[in-house]
Amino acid sequence: MSFFNHTGAAFSLGLALLFAIAAGLVGSFGLMKRMLLAGDVISHIALPGLGLAFLLKINPILGAASTLFLGTLLIWHVQKRTGLATENVIGVVFAASLGIGAAVTPSEDLLEALFGTNKSISLSNFLLGALAVALVISVVWKMRDRLILNVFSSELAAATGVNIDRVNLYFLLLFSLTVLVGLRFMGSLLTGSLIIVPAAIGRRFSTRLSEFLIASAVASLFSVGTGFFLSRFAPKFGPGPSIVLVASVLFALSLTRAGHSFSGKAKT
Amino acid sequence: MATVLSVRDLTVKLDGKIIINQLSFDLHVGDLLAIIGPNGSGKTVLLKTILRLLPYQGTIQWMKDARIGYVPQRVAANRQLPVSVSDLLVAKTRFLGLTSTAIPRVISITNIPTELVDANVGTLSGGQLQRILIAFALLGDPNVILFDEPTASLDELSEERIYELLHHLKEDHGITLVLVSHDLSVVYRNATKVLCMGRAGNCFGAPTEVLTPAELESLYGAPAKYYQHGPRGGAE
Repeated sequence: MSFFNHTGAAFSLGLALLFAIAAGLVGSFGLMKRMLLAGDVISHIALPGLGLAFLLKINPILGAASTLFLGTLLIWHVQKRTGLATENVIGVVFAASLGIGAAVTPSEDLLEALFGTNKSISLSNFLLGALAVALVISVVWKMRDRLILNVFSSELAAATGVNIDRVNLYFLLLFSLTVLVGLRFMGSLLTGSLIIVPAAIGRRFSTRLSEFLIASAVASLFSVGTGFFLSRFAPKFGPGPSIVLVASVLFALSLTRAGHSFSGKAKT
Repeated sequence: MATVLSVRDLTVKLDGKIIINQLSFDLHVGDLLAIIGPNGSGKTVLLKTILRLLPYQGTIQWMKDARIGYVPQRVAANRQLPVSVSDLLVAKTRFLGLTSTAIPRVISITNIPTELVDANVGTLSGGQLQRILIAFALLGDPNVILFDEPTASLDELSEERIYELLHHLKEDHGITLVLVSHDLSVVYRNATKVLCMGRAGNCFGAPTEVLTPAELESLYGAPAKYYQHGPRGGAE
């Protein structure tokens, strides 16, 4: 293997690990906002864009980005206008996206679009991805107080002066941006799972917010690192399936640990 | 007395149904305004509307330097939420750009035990959560606080403690209070103004003017019993 291949593979792994941190953080707030399933479905919205990009021979990330952000804005708008639960709205957009995506994606590219690839990436793609991850982490950090107030009570947050509509829109956009970075490795079917499963694992090991965010990010990093290593033994599918497998095993193991019970009352 | 809030011809329509119709009233500095009325008469909607959380027609005019705190009727604290009392208070403190002394101050005013500060919000009892919500409302040094049935679903002892705290906020900290309550005895004893909201219409005035048997019967559709305590005299 040449130097360039090695470097490209290192960029690929490096970006996947950065994506893992963003997925852990976004997933933690997604779990608290009770919209993890929404996150899973958002990743499927990328499929029609990926399919069209493969068909038109343009950069797949550009195609995925366009449908992801259009879908995100549509979900936010419909949710705001109709007051429907996010899950209901996303469910409808999801079904249409999957149908259109499967129809337009060339059959030889369908596997990559659905499950991702472990192909090397260029320095420019790495830097672009790293920039997106930095943006996600810094915006989540900047918005953390508004997100905490909103997950506790959106009414109380609004009375405090938090613009709930704006927070919801920014959060959906961060979700989509995270999905966009992970699409290459995980595909449109599996990216959402890395936002769901590590947060569910982190929740098993934490009672405080800071512990929760760290535990989710660590579980996500471990799943991606180990999954990438294991994917070398099944190169046909890319790292997505092995990453999800590792995360799922971690979650199963976390269930054997006595979880935090909140049934008792605090002492006064 | 300066006017804190002036409401004129307020109409609120939700899902095509008129909830509040042409309501007008004034709130002055140092007032304790009690809002009474049967369930579904729009008391909670009124609080949310004057907080500008709901669409309305008419005029809502707060005084220029009004700092408003809000204690909702209930917050369904998600027991799975890994958020401590401290996380919550710190989030509001940082959001409002307050100094770090704000949290110890409100904890001291509301007499919250220190061990409760690190407790997860999902583990709190009703009385504890209510006290935390009052501490939360006090962050930002409000000069007006809106309470939506602050003692609903609390036991008698917790209820007594919450009312003592409200009394302390009004008398010792000079905070103007707006209180939605079903407890007519408490309203009679503490309120300086009463706003009654009913299907037949609204009324507004001093407790002695509004809490008459005829007004209450018109409001609730049946004779309402309440007891006068404290300085105003014996039982009715």
